[in-house]
Amino acid sequence: MPASLGLILLCQLIGEAVVRGLGLPLPGPVLGLLLLLVLLLMRDRFAPIARGPLRNDGVETASRGLLAHLSLLFVPAGVGVVQKLDLLASHGIAIILVLALSVVVTLLATVLTFRLVSRLLKQQDAR
Amino acid sequence: MKDNPFSLWVYLSQSPLLWLTVTLLVYATTDAVSLAMRRHPLANPVLHAMWIIGAFLLLTGTSYTTYFAGAQFVHFLLGPATVALAVPLYENRKRVVSSIVPMLVALVAGSVTAVVSVVVLAELAGLPRDVVLSLAPKSVTAGVAMGIAESLHADPSLTAVAVILTGIMGAIIVTPLMNRTGVTDYRARGFAAGLAAHGIGTARAFQVDEIAGVFSGIAMSLNALVTSFLVPLAVTLLVR
Repeated sequence: MPASLGLILLCQLIGEAVVRGLGLPLPGPVLGLLLLLVLLLMRDRFAPIARGPLRNDGVETASRGLLAHLSLLFVPAGVGVVQKLDLLASHGIAIILVLALSVVVTLLATVLTFRLVSRLLKQQDAR
Repeated sequence: MKDNPFSLWVYLSQSPLLWLTVTLLVYATTDAVSLAMRRHPLANPVLHAMWIIGAFLLLTGTSYTTYFAGAQFVHFLLGPATVALAVPLYENRKRVVSSIVPMLVALVAGSVTAVVSVVVLAELAGLPRDVVLSLAPKSVTAGVAMGIAESLHADPSLTAVAVILTGIMGAIIVTPLMNRTGVTDYRARGFAAGLAAHGIGTARAFQVDEIAGVFSGIAMSLNALVTSFLVPLAVTLLVR
């Protein structure tokens, strides 16, 4: 378990270092995600890498543990709303309406595009 | 005890231990209630943990800074949890590769809609300029959105609140909305949840369906990339 968590943190650390070092406009943890994915894929090709946390479901178990309570991790930032009560008193209704409308429009645009494109592809394959 | 009976409280209320304990216990309770209500969208554990802890801070006159000194240990795990998304992605790689084209097209459509809609609506609502800028990156996960807000000289703490509110509203609305559109493809439904409502949408998607959760996690990561480029562009073009 310590090695698996260590590997996850190491991927994030390398991600952050590369992003800062090269001035890339992407978040460090996202690069860390790509790095861990590459490690997992390489493990299947090259047996020598399959050791430590990359063996016996080590890093997989640790990751599932982190993701099982993903919602919890947003609570501290969410409580930050107490600092914004003045702004919410003056503009709260407008802000909430704007965010609510935007999230509905975004959900619909994404899901309908996804379905449309996958249907078009299926039709092409059928021909 | 000859000490002031409040001295224990004064000591504890300044220590990280108390606020970390409160965060975990309140969330454990709201999560148990959510489970008992068979994951009803309105029983969203983040929403209820947020207002209960917020009310507790206001009643005890505790500053957010003091609270965060304890809660930061939980907040920190957002980064490693993002890295951990590599695992469900890896385990479902065949399904992901076979849906790469609809995913990428939906990613572009969704990211553009998320940023443009919020900027245009906020302008129409007559919100002040710094509020409009702070709301613009609201569909990406908290850490990334706050970074974007900083680069725009907006208010990152307002952005964090907008991100969480967006996530909660998205997580509440996604299931009833998707049922109404009649889309039964859990890849598409999950992808939309993660794109529009980042990690909170992804947490919701994992509650509903494993495949939906995987696609939601991918959408959340990809959207973090695209939005980092898109927001500065949209702000230049759309904000007066």
